[in-house]
Amino acid sequence: MTLSHFIVLSLMLCAIGVHGVLTRRNLIGILLSVEVILNGANLNFAAFAHFRASDPTAGAIFPIFVMAVSACEMAVALAIIISMYRRKRRLDVYRLEELNG
Amino acid sequence: MADSIFTHSYLLLFLPLVSFVFIGLWMARKYPKMSGEVATLMAALNTIYSIGLATAYYRQVLSHPDLFPNRTLLCFDLAWLNFSPNLTANLGIYLDPISVMMVVVITIISLMVNIYSIGYMKDDPAFGRFFALLALFTFSMLGLVVSSNILQMFVFWELVGVSSYSLIGFWYQKPSAVAASKKAFIVTRFADAFFLIGILTVSFQAQSFDFQILNLPKTIALLNHTILLGGMQVNLLTVATLLIFAGGWGKSAMFPLHIWLPDAMEGPTPVSSIIHSATMVVAGVFLTARMFPLFSEAASTMALIQFIGAFTAIFAAIIAITQRDIKRILAFSTLSQLGYMLFSLGVAKIAMAGDSAPNLNSLGYSAAMYHVFTHAFFKCMLFLGAGSLIHAVHSNDLMAMGGLKKMMPKTYWSILAACLAIAGIFPFSGFWSKDAILLAALQSGHYVTFSVGLVTGGLTAFYMFRFFFLAFHGKARSKQHDVHEDPWMTFPIVVLTIPTLGAGLLEHFFTKEVIASSLSYAEHFAHPAWLPIVASLVGFSGIGLAWTFYGHGNTEKAEEWRKRFEPVYLLIQNKFYIDEIYLFITHKIIFQGIGTPVKWVDRNIVDGVMNLCGTALHLGSKAVRLAQNGQLQLYLGVTVIGLTALLFLGR
Repeated sequence: MTLSHFIVLSLMLCAIGVHGVLTRRNLIGILLSVEVILNGANLNFAAFAHFRASDPTAGAIFPIFVMAVSACEMAVALAIIISMYRRKRRLDVYRLEELNG
Repeated sequence: MADSIFTHSYLLLFLPLVSFVFIGLWMARKYPKMSGEVATLMAALNTIYSIGLATAYYRQVLSHPDLFPNRTLLCFDLAWLNFSPNLTANLGIYLDPISVMMVVVITIISLMVNIYSIGYMKDDPAFGRFFALLALFTFSMLGLVVSSNILQMFVFWELVGVSSYSLIGFWYQKPSAVAASKKAFIVTRFADAFFLIGILTVSFQAQSFDFQILNLPKTIALLNHTILLGGMQVNLLTVATLLIFAGGWGKSAMFPLHIWLPDAMEGPTPVSSIIHSATMVVAGVFLTARMFPLFSEAASTMALIQFIGAFTAIFAAIIAITQRDIKRILAFSTLSQLGYMLFSLGVAKIAMAGDSAPNLNSLGYSAAMYHVFTHAFFKCMLFLGAGSLIHAVHSNDLMAMGGLKKMMPKTYWSILAACLAIAGIFPFSGFWSKDAILLAALQSGHYVTFSVGLVTGGLTAFYMFRFFFLAFHGKARSKQHDVHEDPWMTFPIVVLTIPTLGAGLLEHFFTKEVIASSLSYAEHFAHPAWLPIVASLVGFSGIGLAWTFYGHGNTEKAEEWRKRFEPVYLLIQNKFYIDEIYLFITHKIIFQGIGTPVKWVDRNIVDGVMNLCGTALHLGSKAVRLAQNGQLQLYLGVTVIGLTALLFLGR
């Protein structure tokens, strides 16, 4: 297993995530896809830290930060989504277009 | 004791200010009926205080020429505006002979007017507001006369303008009162703009606002040089003094800025009385006197002051003959008397220290101040008396009066004294001050001014007695039968006869004390014995003429003469159509000729350009708004594409 394998895997994860963000109609699905993109990025960090860095722990800490921050973001995003669901009774992004100009 | 009266001299301004705030903010609403008494009480306190101040001033300052060679006292001084380290405007109370005199006159007149107003304004719904404004007016005028520097004076000068505005327009339900108050304010404000420029010019040169410094020979020397103004060589001293005098020109309503004064009669009569006797209109004379050392060095300005004064004196007297509204007669009479004061100042000359000019004549100065003093009392009383007459017959029209002698005996005798005083009949106060003014004009060698003054004296006697005979003699032309004298109103009228009769005794005191230096005029010029006789003869002939025309209270004889000179009469009665000329200039030339094209340019071109910019922005934003459809995934897609593009571009 070399660095290239991990890069390809993380690229695939990222692409899947982007595809999911752009095509899913459900807000929860979009949220999950964002997580997948972040995981791709995390994997990249960890892989580079493992193979290239002189001190691997520095690279390993980064994914932990990303996870912590994304957990917070998710909490906020979920709160917004829940309140939106309570108001609209649906989570279809095609229908949620109040923010147009 | 005497020192503490100077230390607490701020009380002089504090009492009327408290009266204004207290009555205006609280009492006028809660206890309107009591505000008259409270205002009068405060005015009485202030009068007592000012008389105490004057006595202390006399004892401490005037009686010790070795300690106070300039006879001035700066008894309160506080740094106020610090423009730069060497230019500070202070707030101070400055006492010199003329300001002490004015303080005493203003407080006494204000007290009398307050007492009178309790009776006169009894049934007015805005009773409280009237007294509050009267207190504000007194406060502003007192502040004006005791100001230690010209900037402070200007502040109070404008306050006088504002309070007179609100008092002239006191009955704001009447459109004519509103128009009159606006006219008074705008005309005087127009003149004040020049005054302010003058203040800036002089203060910039002298690097000070203090009168004590502005009047020094040093300042005059600084100002006395030629400058280029609009392609013309002019003397800066002349320009600066003319600009400053312009302020007084408007406030004292000299020709051609006199138009606001007759209209100001729209205010309640006590207001007319206080404006015309001790305040507002004498402010211009006072300003000229205050800056006199500076003015007297500018020969052209002095000549102009003399000319304007003399012209206004005779011009207003001629108009007064034909008026039927009694308050307007008195208003034009005030104009005429102010003309006297100004031309008297115009002929005066004060020698600066170390300079012994041959035509030294300080008599004009003291005579002008003396006339301010005597005029204040009898003019105040005349207006108060006119107010009583109006109150009695419910009309301003002379033709609606007549035969009031029996019904109002106290007013009758008091007004007779005032009319004799203004006509300059011995031994009433006006005789002495007018005689002094005529003497000053004669001694300075201005014979034209002197003869104008003499003729005006005759005209004054004529129109005052025309008013007097038509109002009091003959048969009653009014239908009012329940005419009576209100004690609140009669009391001040009767009290004011005392100075009207007795102020003549003070002549010697005035000529000796009001002028700081140079008492030498008495040796240079002898008082010609024929002058008082001639002046009295002119006065008596005026009265005699009035008697032949109107003596029995009827107007048939006068009617005949009026018919004979119909066009001239109409010209004079319409005040030489000066208001119409002003209206023509403002409406036809300024509003229509200049205003309308300017308005078109503003509305169409200036506004058009601005609207075009606005419209362009609006359209642009509309286009941008189309891209914002609120579709979350479109935004995300664009973001991803954009990021990818950036990634490749960065390579």
